[in-house]
Amino acid sequence: MRNDINEAHDAEEDISSSGSDESKKRKVVVPGEVIVSGEDYLPGEGAKRLGENIISIRFGLAEELGRVIKVIPIFGAFVPRRNNVIIGRVTDITFYGWLLDIDSASSAFLPIEESPRFVNKNEMEQFLAIGDVVSAKIWSVKSKGIDLTLKGKGLGKLEGGFIFRVIPSRVPRVIGREGSMINLIKDKTGCQITVGQNGWIWIKGDNVDAEIKARKAIEFVTDKVHIEGLTDKVEKWFEENK
Amino acid sequence: MEISNLTKETLIRMFKEGKRFDSRQLTELRDIEVSYNVSNKAEGSARVKIGKTEVVVGVKMAMGEPYPDSPDKGNLTVSADLLPLASPRFEMGPPDFPGIELPRLVDRIIRESHIIQLDKLVIKEGEKVWTVFIDVYPINDDGNLIDAASLGAVAALKNAKIPMLDKDGKIDYDKDSKESIPLTKDISPLSFSFFKIGDSVILDPTREEEEAADARITFGISKWNGQYVINSCQKSGEEPLTQAEIENMMSVITKKFDEVTQKLKKYI
Repeated sequence: MRNDINEAHDAEEDISSSGSDESKKRKVVVPGEVIVSGEDYLPGEGAKRLGENIISIRFGLAEELGRVIKVIPIFGAFVPRRNNVIIGRVTDITFYGWLLDIDSASSAFLPIEESPRFVNKNEMEQFLAIGDVVSAKIWSVKSKGIDLTLKGKGLGKLEGGFIFRVIPSRVPRVIGREGSMINLIKDKTGCQITVGQNGWIWIKGDNVDAEIKARKAIEFVTDKVHIEGLTDKVEKWFEENK
Repeated sequence: MEISNLTKETLIRMFKEGKRFDSRQLTELRDIEVSYNVSNKAEGSARVKIGKTEVVVGVKMAMGEPYPDSPDKGNLTVSADLLPLASPRFEMGPPDFPGIELPRLVDRIIRESHIIQLDKLVIKEGEKVWTVFIDVYPINDDGNLIDAASLGAVAALKNAKIPMLDKDGKIDYDKDSKESIPLTKDISPLSFSFFKIGDSVILDPTREEEEAADARITFGISKWNGQYVINSCQKSGEEPLTQAEIENMMSVITKKFDEVTQKLKKYI
């Protein structure tokens, strides 16, 4: 379960690596709003140049990273990328593998060869049945579909616990810088948590109360994405909701 | 997101302990909010929010012919559109099973409670009667759409005004006559849908709880002369319900009916 944290950490670094001492101004922008004007700036993700100005093309938080202006969307669907660790749900079994719903525009395919151990083609549902949940890595994204693999550390079928969905563009906040937020929630609740880049989160705890609390903490985080210093707030939240 | 095997097992385990993700009791309802006059083209309209579930209901009046078997009664038509904007479960195109079931259930809840005095909606017997259209539009589906829709339908009916007729007997929609639809006093039907998951029975599910459910039973209930009346009842799902479960539902439903009626007093 380590690697997904590191990966998401990369994403988080893009968002808040500028640190607190630099001019880290986060401001809420709507599509078409002028963020800055001048030739010195370059449009990043979620922004584009229109004449003199850099304008936003998303509803989100605008950020200056040196010369680059980018907008982190507040809402947004999951856009699959190679090497993303995601959580998926088996929707169909074909002769060559499993079809998974990963909450993206097209469904994903997990070939039978990519399972970590040998699976007999006649007994595929014994390894993964319809409705089962797996943590998988995106192997390739092509126009004809998405291919997954289960070969890797921390990947495989998830047993016990439950999954729920958060808005995918808020996943970096759930994980926090270097996994600080998710580790805090894990420490406080004693739950095992896996966060998929597609916004599906798996929680397994020792008892029902811990699981409910972990989910509530994560929902607290996703409701307050725009607030800074969220880790401290979550710590305070845990104090208040013992 | 459809329900996964894991989540379903966890929900069954949680309900056995009497717990839910939003810390409600198994038969506790979410907060209900009602607002009126959300549409200025409709004769009456209401927006109902139950937790994150949101439904807009409009009432439209038109003139029409009565049905041959009830020449002395007005018509009531309920329709619903499960818009894709409400939920990823809904698709465009011809209505599927839930899209047909929802308006029919709401129709029965309204009609069988006799809240609308259809015999007073006659303009000329056998020829011209009022037709009451109730249109249900889910805006956001976070479970329990049926109860929200029936509550919205009742609220919209209470809010509706009959439009004015001009000299030729045609409807002038721009003027309303300040006259309400003839409703039976003191009757205010509600519906309660019980969902069975594992061995537990819950009320007012969120979407994930609803998707995990093995069976659903919807009761339309009203109170008439101090007596609770079950007006309609429909069960779906493959799991059977035991007699003890139904009896238990009956004791819960009367309490919930009073509770919700009390809550709605400030709205209706």
